Amino acid sequence: MEPSKIADTLNSEFQGEVIAVKEFRGQTGVTLKKDKILQIARCLHDTPEFMFDYLRDLCGVDYKKIKTPRFEVVYNLYSMTHRHTIRLNVQVPDKEPIQSVVSVWKTADWHERECFDMYGIVFEGHPDLRRILMPEDWDGHPLRKDYPTAGPEDGEWGGFKEVLRKSEDFKKFGWYNKK
Amino acid sequence: MDEIKELKTKEMAINMGPQHPSTHGVLRLRLEVSGETVVKCTPYVGYLHRGTEKLAEGMTYLQSIPLMDRLDYISSMTNDVGYCIAVERLFDIALPLRARYIRTMVSEMSRIASHLLWLATHALDIGAMTVFLYAFRERERILELFEMLCGARLTVTYPRIGGVRNDVSQEFIDTLYQFTEDFPDKIKEYETLINVNRIWLKRTVGVGIISAEEAVNYGLTGAALRGSGVDYDVRKHFPYDAYDLVRFEVPIGKNGDVYDRYLCRMEELRQSNAIVRQCIEALPTGPIMTTDSPKYTLPPKDKVLNNMESLIHHFTLITKGPMTAPHGEVYVATEVPKGELGFYIISDGTGKPYRMRIRSPSFIHVSALPRLCEGGFIADVVANIGSIDVVLGECDR
Repeated sequence: MEPSKIADTLNSEFQGEVIAVKEFRGQTGVTLKKDKILQIARCLHDTPEFMFDYLRDLCGVDYKKIKTPRFEVVYNLYSMTHRHTIRLNVQVPDKEPIQSVVSVWKTADWHERECFDMYGIVFEGHPDLRRILMPEDWDGHPLRKDYPTAGPEDGEWGGFKEVLRKSEDFKKFGWYNKK
Repeated sequence: MDEIKELKTKEMAINMGPQHPSTHGVLRLRLEVSGETVVKCTPYVGYLHRGTEKLAEGMTYLQSIPLMDRLDYISSMTNDVGYCIAVERLFDIALPLRARYIRTMVSEMSRIASHLLWLATHALDIGAMTVFLYAFRERERILELFEMLCGARLTVTYPRIGGVRNDVSQEFIDTLYQFTEDFPDKIKEYETLINVNRIWLKRTVGVGIISAEEAVNYGLTGAALRGSGVDYDVRKHFPYDAYDLVRFEVPIGKNGDVYDRYLCRMEELRQSNAIVRQCIEALPTGPIMTTDSPKYTLPPKDKVLNNMESLIHHFTLITKGPMTAPHGEVYVATEVPKGELGFYIISDGTGKPYRMRIRSPSFIHVSALPRLCEGGFIADVVANIGSIDVVLGECDR
């Protein structure tokens, strides 16, 4: 099925959910509201005409200062049987959760964990939403556009002194002082 | 006897990795075992996280190519090609035919090198030492060819946006042709060692079975998916470079166990060899870099050294990126030895990508590892890790 047709069907089936349909370089992206994403995902996965059985990619995007709903969660879908693709750009405002699609595609599990780790987007109904690439005790979400890339903006990076202090503490540990 | 029956068994949690010889890098698995059976398996990744996606946001499109080498560092050529193809789709650049053939050729060489390393380590994990030595013998020849081509063995940085860096020499073509002559016999040699080896069969047949529907649902790609009998190859479904001009077959497994995934990859070695052969035979003459889109592609090196304008153009293109770029977003996938490597690039019209997402196959494959391991033996965990062929540099990005 043509991607534009899929977008039309989505528009008629889920009234008021589709915000815009973008086409660029032969790829079609459908911008959606976030509220019914689980229903839409299930519809795309189960309906025989769509059969989007393979979630190629799921990622977040931070549009700080560019668009009003700050985040977007992007789903790239592919159907192995019908060989057609579609992209869903789902708008998520800051500090608001979005429904998880793990129950539809199991691939989404780690993708959503990464998205939470990197952007702080909370996925409701995710079985195990923890940080995945960053350490568990990390502060902040690195892929946000306002994340300081060269240390904190006010003053110097405390980390180095912290490392030095820790190494001094370790020197006091038993195995160094034994004679 | 009654006393023994009353003794209670307790589940035990053990750590496999991050420094374990068979986890192929820094992968940590927390296994909950009951005797020898794995009850629960939880992978922990991120030890090699370098923030490639964040780094790429602060770099121009050309500067990012060396970063892509370091994703899957044992087949860096395919990563570079995948990245360049994604950027070319974004900028709508068409390649000259010779560049397309050269890229296909080096990608398949890289696939052979990667599959040989997979075969070597996979067999070594299961206990076949000789295969390791045999496979590295041929891998060395490929790496030497890469050295002859671009001076580097592992992190090649050979493709460029709109073509490749330098042309192939006749000596390179001759040596590569000799390699393609010899290689099918070498594959037979590996297969005589393990294909019907009784220990190998006991360790691999019926281990880590995953059905076709489940494999698709878990997002497995590459030989890990095709071992379950799903005919999905990005080279066939979304042809890029010269893959629509060469003939090759996609090997499909049946049972979805470790052995079928092994057979698929072995057949892929043969097919890759055939593709390299066809590329050599069909290699047309012509330019290796497109001249149609000078806004985005580097000028030829001799012009850079002799012409002032070209030098300035070269300098600004590398340090600042293209002056204008189209607004838009593309998701472009390529078939790397591990599976589907996707790049999702959003351009906001400046010289740097607004967002660059890397969909790495290893990340997804590790996420499916609990499904493969749970219910099996501890020893099968090693076989499963080998059969999904993960590289942690790509997994953690």
